[in-house]
Amino acid sequence: MSQHSLTPRQYLILGFVAVCAPLGDTCLSRGMTHLPAISLAHPAALIAAVFTPWIAAGIALLIGFFASYLTALSWADLTFVLPVTAFGNMIVEVMARFYLHETVSWQRWLGVVLITLGVGFVAQGPSLTVRPAPARISDSAIEAEQPR
Amino acid sequence: MTLPLPFSQPGFWSATAMIAAIVLCSTTGEVLTAAAMKSIGDLDEIRAHSGLKGAIRAVLTCPLFFAGVVFLALAFFSLLLALNHLNLSLVAPASASLTLVTNAIAGKIFLKENVDRRRWAAFLLVCVGVYLLAH
Repeated sequence: MSQHSLTPRQYLILGFVAVCAPLGDTCLSRGMTHLPAISLAHPAALIAAVFTPWIAAGIALLIGFFASYLTALSWADLTFVLPVTAFGNMIVEVMARFYLHETVSWQRWLGVVLITLGVGFVAQGPSLTVRPAPARISDSAIEAEQPR
Repeated sequence: MTLPLPFSQPGFWSATAMIAAIVLCSTTGEVLTAAAMKSIGDLDEIRAHSGLKGAIRAVLTCPLFFAGVVFLALAFFSLLLALNHLNLSLVAPASASLTLVTNAIAGKIFLKENVDRRRWAAFLLVCVGVYLLAH
């Protein structure tokens, strides 16, 4: 595997992948917990929920996640992109501690440290497995086929 | 024989089957989607040549992409089913951690990605990290 470095724009797309998924999940969770219990007997209530502000914001963020995730997969390995997406969990944990002032246990901080280390490990390496190009017909072979 | 159950409802094997369904569907979906995107090529370059519509058309006309989306949808519904029977604190870390490992193995076998020691170490660290975050 040869070194395959990323451009700043590609790092930005990976940042979107990492941030949009947890933020979208958080919006969906907040929206759904503020709604009354929905049973499968009344599916229309589920459709109506889609148009509430938090759920709509969550869906928009998850669409953004999927678009940036597909873009990332078009120029990076799956085994490179997946650990990077886990970085979003760390962002949520830091926001929970410093923005929402929630209590974060030492086990969770250890989890944050391990994920950061893991993402750092992957980010230091190549992003794409480069395969050798198919063998080209050598010039001598072309010359041999030409009529003399 | 009685097995040590980490949870009371449902049984150990039912819970294992539900989590396995999430992991298998999710891994299949991720691998098919990744294969689709590799076959399409760099979306940034396609967008530069053919515009946003061209990039969207390239994705939407790829059968592998739709196969991947079907499996990702199955994984989503398997997750909903599992959450209906099991605690989130079990389902979320177990499925997230196991999916990372199975994706690394599937990426190496099916996508022929070069999963070197650096990536294996990263997967191990992220797996343990996700598990700790969920507790």
